[in-house]
Amino acid sequence: MACIEARGLRKAFGTNVALDGINLRVEEGRIVGLIGPNGAGKTTALNAILGLTPFQGELRVLGRDPWAERDRLMCDVSFIADVAVLPRWIRVSQVLDYVAGVHPRFDRGKAEGFLAKTSIRSNRKVRELSKGMVAQLHLALVMAIDARLLVLDEPTLGLDILYRKQFYDSLLNDYFDGNRTIVVTTHQVEEVQHVLTDLLFIDRGRIVLDRSMEEVEARYVEVLVRPEQVAAARALKPIYERQVFGQSVLLFEGVERSRLAAVGEARTPSITDLFVAVMEKRCETSQGAAR
Amino acid sequence: MNAPAKEMSKPSIQPQGIAAAARAVYWSIQRELWENRSIYLAPLAAAGVFLAGFLINMVSMRRSAAASALAPAQQLALLTTRYELSAALIMGTAVIVGIFYSLDTLYGERRDRSILFWKSLPVSDLVTVLSKLTIPFLILPLLSLFISLTTQFFMLVLSSMVLPGSGVNIAGLWRGASFFEVSLVLLYHVLTVHGLWYAPLYGWLLLVSVRAPRAPFIWAFLPPFVICGVEKIAFNTTHFLGLLQYRLMGPAEAMAPSGGAKDFMATLIPEHFFSTPGLWTGLAVAAVFVFAAVRLRRYQGPI
Repeated sequence: MACIEARGLRKAFGTNVALDGINLRVEEGRIVGLIGPNGAGKTTALNAILGLTPFQGELRVLGRDPWAERDRLMCDVSFIADVAVLPRWIRVSQVLDYVAGVHPRFDRGKAEGFLAKTSIRSNRKVRELSKGMVAQLHLALVMAIDARLLVLDEPTLGLDILYRKQFYDSLLNDYFDGNRTIVVTTHQVEEVQHVLTDLLFIDRGRIVLDRSMEEVEARYVEVLVRPEQVAAARALKPIYERQVFGQSVLLFEGVERSRLAAVGEARTPSITDLFVAVMEKRCETSQGAAR
Repeated sequence: MNAPAKEMSKPSIQPQGIAAAARAVYWSIQRELWENRSIYLAPLAAAGVFLAGFLINMVSMRRSAAASALAPAQQLALLTTRYELSAALIMGTAVIVGIFYSLDTLYGERRDRSILFWKSLPVSDLVTVLSKLTIPFLILPLLSLFISLTTQFFMLVLSSMVLPGSGVNIAGLWRGASFFEVSLVLLYHVLTVHGLWYAPLYGWLLLVSVRAPRAPFIWAFLPPFVICGVEKIAFNTTHFLGLLQYRLMGPAEAMAPSGGAKDFMATLIPEHFFSTPGLWTGLAVAAVFVFAAVRLRRYQGPI
C-alpha cells in the first residue's frame, strides 16, 4: 500500500485554483521534498493530506480518506504545520501530559529524553521559550510519536542555522528508520538536499517534477562549460543556461555524461539550480503558449 | 510471534476506542482548565470578596449589638438572606465566566494558530466541542455550587466566632442552616437553570465562536438585536424579544408563587420544570447549535 495516493486531486478557492488535478504516489519509507514557489499549492496539498481541508478528486493517506477520518488518521500521522502553533500558555510538563493522555502512540519517556538534551525545563511555559526552543519542543513531541507518516510544513522557518542543522540531524539520526515516511516543504532547499530520497516540484497547482534522487542524479547534469566550447555545448540542447563569474553553466536533461564531459566539467546540479531551471522553463513555455 | 499478537489485538479495537474517547474527553477538559484559570479563580475571588464583606458586616453588627434586638427567627432570616446573596454572587460570576469562555474558546484557538496543533492529535471535533461545552454546562455550575457551599460553611464559622456574647443563638444558626437541604436545592438549581435552561445560550456562543472571522462578541450579540429591531419595524411585534427574555429570566410557569417562600431557589418545582415545553425546545436548539459547531470546526483553520 502506498503511503499517499492522489488521483486528480483538485482544490479551488473561488476562482483561484490551488491544486489543479494532482496525481501523486508516495511509497512508505521515503523522505519526500515538496518544493515550489510561494502560492504554488504546497500548503494546500499538505492540508488536504492532513484532513484539514476538503478537496475534489481521490486521495488516500495510509488507506484512509483524510477529510472523513482526520482524528483516526492522526494516530498514524503527525505534523508540524508551522513553527508557532504550540499554544503559548501551556507548560512543557502540561503539553507532555496532554499528548500522553490523548495519543495512544506517544512515548513520554522518549520525549523527555529528547528534551533532556536541550536547555528546555519542564516547568517553563511555551511563551517563555525562544523560537528555536519551541521548534525543539515540538520536534521532541513529534519524534516521540510512533507515526508512519510525518508531515513538516516549513518546520525551520525563522530559525538560525544552528537550530536548522540540528533539526534535520536529529530527524535523521533519532527518528527516521527506513519504514516511516516524511514529507517536507521548505524554501531552504540546500539544507534538505542530502536528506531527501524523492523530489517533487509543484508550480501553480501542478506537479512539474516527480523523481527519486537517484533518477535526478542520473538524468540531470550540470556542466561548467569551457568558453571555447559554449557553441558545441549549446548544440546538445541544454534546458537552462546561466553565467557564474563570466563562465557558462549549462543544465542538461537526459544527455549522456560522457558526451557532456567533452565540453566541460560535469557534475550533479543542486536542487536549487534544478528548481530555478525547471521553473523558468515553465515560465517560457507558458508565455510562448500565451503568444 | 509478532504477527499473531497483532491479529489478537484487532477484535478489541471497539472497547479500546471508547476508553480512548474517554481519555480524550478527560484530557481535553483538563487542558481547558489549564488554559482558562478564571474558571475556578473568578468564583473563588467572588467568594473571598463576599466573605471579607460578611466579616466586616458581622463585626459591625456585634458592635452595634443590633442583632440581639432581633428575634431568633429574624436573625436566622437575616443570615439566610446572606447565604442566598453569596450563592447568587458566586453563581452569577460563574455564569459571566461561562459566557465569555464560550464566546472565546473556539475563536481563540484559531487566533493563536494553536488549532493546527490540536488538530494534529487524534482528537475528533466532536470530542473537542463537547469538552468545551461541559465547561459552562457542567463544570462551572458544579464548581460554583461547591464554592457556594464552602463559603456558606465559612460564613457560619465566622458568625460563630464573632457573634457569641451578643445574644445571638449560635446553635440555632447551625441548626437552621440545614446544610444538606440547602446543598440539594442548590445542586438542583445549578443543574436545571445553569445547565439545562441556559444550554441554548452556550450552544449559540460556541457556534459564533467557531465561525466568527473576528470580533465574536459582535457576532454573538448583534444578530439578536437586529432581529428584534427588524421584527418591531416590520410587524410591530416583540415575539423574539419576549423569547430572549423568557430564556434569560427562566421559566416563569415552572416557578411556584413566590409569596413567603423560604428559599427562592426552591421555587423551581421539578414536575413543572421538566414539563415546560420551553426546556425541551431549548435543549433541541442547543443540540442543533452544538452539532453545527462540531461540523464547522472541521473547516476552520488559523485566522
